[in-house]
Amino acid sequence: MRNDMVLRVVGKLLIPFILMFALYVQFHGDFGPGGGFQAGTIVAAAIIFYAIIYGLNTARRVLPDWVVESMIAIGVLLYIGVGFAGLLLGGNFLDYFVLDSDPVVGQHRGIFWIELGVAITVFGVLLKIFYLFARRGPN
Amino acid sequence: MIDVLIDGLSWACLLAGGVFCSIGALGLLRMPEFYTRLHAASVTDTLGAGLVLLGLILQAGLTLVAVKLVIIGLLLFFTGPVAAHALAKAALNRGLKPLLAEADAESLATETSPAPTPDDRPLSPAVEGAPSKP
Repeated sequence: MRNDMVLRVVGKLLIPFILMFALYVQFHGDFGPGGGFQAGTIVAAAIIFYAIIYGLNTARRVLPDWVVESMIAIGVLLYIGVGFAGLLLGGNFLDYFVLDSDPVVGQHRGIFWIELGVAITVFGVLLKIFYLFARRGPN
Repeated sequence: MIDVLIDGLSWACLLAGGVFCSIGALGLLRMPEFYTRLHAASVTDTLGAGLVLLGLILQAGLTLVAVKLVIIGLLLFFTGPVAAHALAKAALNRGLKPLLAEADAESLATETSPAPTPDDRPLSPAVEGAPSKP
């Protein structure tokens, strides 16, 4: 596929918009359909699209395995960190409203970080699964 | 008055889009082989989805929904032909011959083969083969 000009041009055209749409889904998740899981899936789809067109090795140079694997852990740690932040500020585990003096602002803040953690972990896991499957030979 | 006009136009677009989608689905089921089926499916992509989106944009008026529908239309406009191209190219690379190419090859074979066996049909292959060549 590396020499297919149509796919390469359309990939260059589409991938930035796919990433931007993922950010929209991520940050609009409070008000409409969307959220961290969907945004992470869309980002992973963009990278998988890139890998299909430009080759798996190019994609693994852009996003090496250690980055993907650490993203899996960072997302989960962010999620747990928000939970323990609520615990440290005097609420229960994953209580959002203690994160700010205004409870509504605290809810927004907590959901923002939770969704970010979910997005990072989903992106890492999906891309890791894709790398593992795509790296296997025909045997 | 203008509302009725816009509504009528929008319904016409929606109905025409639905008809094109149905034609595409029918072609996808009934066409003989891969490439012609792909052709029928791409009709659904361009005309069917385009007309349905146009009807919905007319229904939405000048709102944010219309802008989103335009963006969806642009996405389909760029990705549909590329998907069809990738599918066709992948099939061709894997050696799937179009049906018409096989028919052409057979007709070429029948045009050239009468030379060793001229007994069956002395003149008709050459006479019939000549006008169908271009």
